[in-house]
Amino acid sequence: MAITTSYRTRSDAVPLRSFKAKGRPSAIAGVGVHAPEKVITNLDLEKMMDTSDKWITERTGIRRRHIAEPGTTTFELATGAARSALKAAGIAAKDLDMILVGTSSPDGPFPSVACRVQNELDAPGAVAWDTLAACTSFVYALSIADSFIATERADTVLVIGAEVLSRMLDYSDRGTAVIFGDGAGAAVVRAAPKGAGFLSWCLGSDGRGYAQVTCGNIEKGAYAAKDTQPFIDMVGPDVFKFAVDIFIRQATEVCQTAGVALDDIDLWVPHQANFRIIDAAARRIGLPMERVAVNIDEYGNTSSASIPLALEEAVRKGRVKSGDHVLLAGFGSGLTWGATLMKWA
Amino acid sequence: MASQLNFKELQELAAEILGIDPDQVQMDKSFQRDLAADSLDLVELIAAIEDKYDVELPDSELENMKVIGDLWKFLEQKTAERLEA
Repeated sequence: MAITTSYRTRSDAVPLRSFKAKGRPSAIAGVGVHAPEKVITNLDLEKMMDTSDKWITERTGIRRRHIAEPGTTTFELATGAARSALKAAGIAAKDLDMILVGTSSPDGPFPSVACRVQNELDAPGAVAWDTLAACTSFVYALSIADSFIATERADTVLVIGAEVLSRMLDYSDRGTAVIFGDGAGAAVVRAAPKGAGFLSWCLGSDGRGYAQVTCGNIEKGAYAAKDTQPFIDMVGPDVFKFAVDIFIRQATEVCQTAGVALDDIDLWVPHQANFRIIDAAARRIGLPMERVAVNIDEYGNTSSASIPLALEEAVRKGRVKSGDHVLLAGFGSGLTWGATLMKWA
Repeated sequence: MASQLNFKELQELAAEILGIDPDQVQMDKSFQRDLAADSLDLVELIAAIEDKYDVELPDSELENMKVIGDLWKFLEQKTAERLEA
């Protein structure tokens, strides 16, 4: 049920930036995913730490998460998703102009995951790099793809969100260890006919909130030090509030910018951080759950992979048809956020 | 515009968010013990109250909210401040 009170912007909130898509339009031509086979259920976690299936399900909506076997690399998952997206789009790897990977868990500081994917796909000549904006990485990378296509600097771009977050989890911290999972999702973005594809964007960051979600000892630059294990750390309630807030504001912004009513969103694909965040925001936006893509129960929070994982599932299940208004929205550490409204091609 | 302070409205809002009967929302009821509300329920309720009554509850005050009466007192105080202003 929609909560009908009008929305109020908090006094410390930054004004949002939104843009109407300009230049040559671009659209998603195909999506693909790849998740590790190994699954850890809440019941498995009960045996590993002081937690319970009930506690995890009630607070997060997560029941299972796919976890990579030790030694599995981010680029392997990314490549799997890339191959299936290329197949879905009917595009050959050699036709790619750019490969962009959104990730917060690269296999090393360099080379980029994108260059390793490029090597695996045998797509020399494409420009390849990683974008790091935590859980917002995929939306940021999509916006880069759209910009390059709009200005005719690229025709076909492969955008991937891929994470092996399990290696950043402290299994003695039940507040974070139960939440995150591994996986990858990809989208092929191509030039599109006028009126189709991405209609508007809302992107932003607020570094004042940098300490809300962190990984490793960021004050000492200890990420790469041999004696420290970088673990994900999070201030739960603060993130919850920010997340619900930014979901509502972004949805409103991208719709207003595109001249589309909130009611006309056919499918909202939110970053899958916590079911309660998605549910709270959907009720405030006034979107029934039939129009929200949720698969956090299966994957947990896979950071930059969560939006393509949820989008691909929706496409595969026939929940998206040509002409539908699809809203993608993410938020994450930084703080960062990004949303786009598109007309499905 | 801010709504007039009305306990019945607060009862209804809290009931909707916490998924309980409005009559259960009484001044002496503890969020955690009596209403089975966890920290996320409370954050969500406060966000809804901030919107509805056009007030802002600093994050630092969140932990002082133990019973419905604490929330009501906070709202009364904010309303009084607004009338003086």
